[in-house]
Amino acid sequence: MSGARLEIEALGKRFRGLRAVHDVSFAVPAGAIHALIGPNGAGKTTIFNMIAGVFPPDAGAVRLDGRPISGLRPDLVCAAGVGRTFQIVKPFKGLSVLENVTVGALHRHADLETARERAGAILDALELGDRRHQLAEALTLPDRKRLEVARALATEPTLLLLDEVMAGLRPTEVDRMVTFLRDLNARTGITVLLIEHVMRAVMALAAHVVVVSSGEKIAEGTPAEIARHQAVLDVYLGDAAGDAA
Amino acid sequence: MSIVRLLIGGATPRALALLAALLAFLVAAPAFLGPYALSVAILILYFAFVGQAWNIMMGFAGQLSLGHALYAGLGGYIAAGLFFHYGIGPWVGAFVAVAVAVLAGCIVGYLGFRFSLAGVYFALLTIAFSEFTRIAFDHWTWAGGSGGLFLKVQGGVTDILNLRGGATLFYYAILILAVGAFVLCRLLLESRLGRYWLAIREDAEAAQAVGVPVFRCKMIAIAISAALTALAGVWNAFYYNNLFPETAFAMGRSIEITLAPIIGGLGTLFGPIVGAVVLTGMGELFTDLTEHLKISGLKQIFYGLALLVIVIWRPAGVWPWLAKRLGVEERGR
Ligand SMILES: Nc1ncnc2c1ncn2[C@@H]1O[C@H](COP(=O)(O)OP(=O)(O)O)[C@@H](O)[C@H]1O
Ligand SMILES: [Mg+2]
Repeated sequence: MSGARLEIEALGKRFRGLRAVHDVSFAVPAGAIHALIGPNGAGKTTIFNMIAGVFPPDAGAVRLDGRPISGLRPDLVCAAGVGRTFQIVKPFKGLSVLENVTVGALHRHADLETARERAGAILDALELGDRRHQLAEALTLPDRKRLEVARALATEPTLLLLDEVMAGLRPTEVDRMVTFLRDLNARTGITVLLIEHVMRAVMALAAHVVVVSSGEKIAEGTPAEIARHQAVLDVYLGDAAGDAA
Repeated sequence: MSIVRLLIGGATPRALALLAALLAFLVAAPAFLGPYALSVAILILYFAFVGQAWNIMMGFAGQLSLGHALYAGLGGYIAAGLFFHYGIGPWVGAFVAVAVAVLAGCIVGYLGFRFSLAGVYFALLTIAFSEFTRIAFDHWTWAGGSGGLFLKVQGGVTDILNLRGGATLFYYAILILAVGAFVLCRLLLESRLGRYWLAIREDAEAAQAVGVPVFRCKMIAIAISAALTALAGVWNAFYYNNLFPETAFAMGRSIEITLAPIIGGLGTLFGPIVGAVVLTGMGELFTDLTEHLKISGLKQIFYGLALLVIVIWRPAGVWPWLAKRLGVEERGR
């Protein structure tokens, strides 16, 4: 397993009249960890959905290692090497934790026994090993977030898309997830793009940050640069002011 | 992995012993059951078999079909028609019957799944097809039209090649079908396809995100389910020797097919079997009771109330509860 390069070019999407994403371009080099941030409703999840094939973009293109993948069905995007988590978690509720991840592993290993072994190893790495026989619906939200990551990883992706997997985690749990992702990236060279509001995690993981607001890219740079960027500060301070009001 | 391991892997010795005893009982049953008991056993096996077939769609892949009479009716009519008109026996006719039913299933599936009709909307589509077909058969003279199609009954003749004979012959035929469907379902469930079905049932979008070809898997589910249901229809036609569009494609026939797996436990392998025993047993019991009381419709009321009680008492079906009592629970998956 190694990482793939992701290129997003002039991506656009409208929902009825609403311009959810407009002319967004950026790239994530193979093996890098990048973050996508922005206020709620900025269009981050919509960008993920277009990469993952949930719906085709109205404009622009997505390329994985130079190969166009926009417009492909989600299962074919997965086959191309993209693993994604859902912000609103989508566990297979009536199946056990182990079987949830096994479904992902079956994608590369048709044999059920082999797929189960792979799934078990991934669960252990994500500290879900002792919950493997519980039904997924019995998990707490932080564990469901971890299950999302485990199931996506089981498909052996070259690009991992993480949509707010730290939300709802306690600070110590955030740190453990950060360590896990950093180790995974170092060990396998997997490319990671993460949407995250937990700045502690963004600062610790991302080499590069893309900021979107109202569907448009407003800035990108290193975490340190972004922290000083006026347009970003305006958006976030405006947000905070709005929250306070 | 060997077939044997696939079949019995994970089952405890206790479960295997119980299963072997059940199988031995079923094989020996005609030797000691009287004609009435044998006819009840035949009914149970029939509902266990069609229930298993329907369960593949609803219990495994999560697709609600309320029009399964379509496949049973088509299967029965095709095989009976071929026999009636050309003397083609049901062993050959069954292939044609299955092919036609699979084609019908693929049409229903294509329309439903391509346009992502889910839940009750898909169910409405299945009802609509069953109804259209009923009306078409009312006017199709080759199939006897609304007047029905009748197969000749020759008393005392046993002709296995043409599936003509007494109750024992039909008992063993439906037993083989029921056991075969059970084995097939177990093998399917323990395969990648089976796991993909369960994932689709739980959350199709999440399944597709981890590489499950959702449309294809649903199409395979409806094709297999239609094929098995068509075989039930063939058996049914030769057992009862008559077919009418009004009953073969009736809504009630479709509902009847769904009851055993719902009562027994959706998505479980033993649910359709246990459900068939409970439902048929109850049906016979209430027939007996109400015959003495001479109040028409009482049987239906009892039956409906009993169903209500079971569904409220065991919403997940009788089998998961019974399995715990018998100490043969399946391991968590
Ligand atoms: N499937 C959809 N249908 C209609 N509107 C949508 C859909 N998905 C997202 N939107 C809208 O697009 C905008 C961007 O949403 P989203 O990408 O979820 O934002 P973020 O993930 O940055 O919070 C929002 O206004 C949201 O309501
Ligand atoms: Mg979002």
